Amino acid sequence: MIYGLFILSVFYLIGTFISKITGEIIPGSVIGMLVLFLALQLKIINADKLRKTANSLTKNMALFFVPVGVGIMASIHLITDYLSIIILTCIISTLLIITTVALIQQLFEKWK
Amino acid sequence: MEIINSLYNSPFLIISLTLGVYLASTWLYKKIKLGLLHPVLVSVTIIILFLKLTDIPYNTYKKGSYIFDILLDLSVVALGFILFEQINSIKKYLISIFTSVFVGSIIGIISVIGLLKIMDVPEIIISSITPKSVTNPIAIRISEITGGLPPITAIVVIFTGIFGSIIGPYLLKYLKIKSKIAKGLAMGSSAHGIGTARAIEMGAVEGAISGLAIGIMGFFTATLIPFFQWLLS
Repeated sequence: MIYGLFILSVFYLIGTFISKITGEIIPGSVIGMLVLFLALQLKIINADKLRKTANSLTKNMALFFVPVGVGIMASIHLITDYLSIIILTCIISTLLIITTVALIQQLFEKWK
Repeated sequence: MEIINSLYNSPFLIISLTLGVYLASTWLYKKIKLGLLHPVLVSVTIIILFLKLTDIPYNTYKKGSYIFDILLDLSVVALGFILFEQINSIKKYLISIFTSVFVGSIIGIISVIGLLKIMDVPEIIISSITPKSVTNPIAIRISEITGGLPPITAIVVIFTGIFGSIIGPYLLKYLKIKSKIAKGLAMGSSAHGIGTARAIEMGAVEGAISGLAIGIMGFFTATLIPFFQWLLS
């Protein structure tokens, strides 16, 4: 587990460094994810030693979003005037994204 | 009184509260199996009520829950491992994956800008809402760059994530989607990390693809929003 946390934290740092020098458009954690993937592909990192930590972290990812969600209470007053329109828009847009992405992907697979 | 006060300000109170409420919500969710009782939604509601009732300021909670922010960042990096384990099963679908998420990203942006413009919502709020389907750190960055307000963005990102992860499995069933790749892609590109947490429950392939979709969706949305803003101005 310690080895896993060490590797993840180092790749987070690498990702953040790349993010900073490229204008911080893509966050360090996402770049870290891609660099870790490359390092595993190139066998620089031993995947077996990382498995336990990576699996237990990703399986419980929803938990880590709870504090972000609680943050809603600090700024919800900013949008009270437009709340219903915003909620409706997010709902419609989300349904559209799920539908298009899933249908296009499935179509591609049937087509082959 | 002093002892009580020091416990009140201890991060361990916040950590115990968050873990305890989340455990209880997960238990409830597994027991009742109702999508609406999404553990994140239930936990957030209970914790906000608790903080209001006990007069604990949000900033105290924010400081005390810092460890979860660190774990969130580490778990996003860890998705690189999940992707590595599944890459062989998705290699041949890379073109279709990029195409479908690209179209999804365009649809997501146009639907938000279009609906909010019709309703005469101020520009600053539109810019804050447009990146709603992207993972929080990317969305906040896009919002800043395009003239939105990051706190509003954070709210809609979480709302969209919870909504997408609740409705996603039902909608995919209704649309008769059988492909695991299509399911994972739809979850990750519409509901980012919260959707991915749900996709991991569906299966390993769905989870890996969903994690990948977060990155692709973030990249496309970050590059396309400035383009659409320029086009409409």
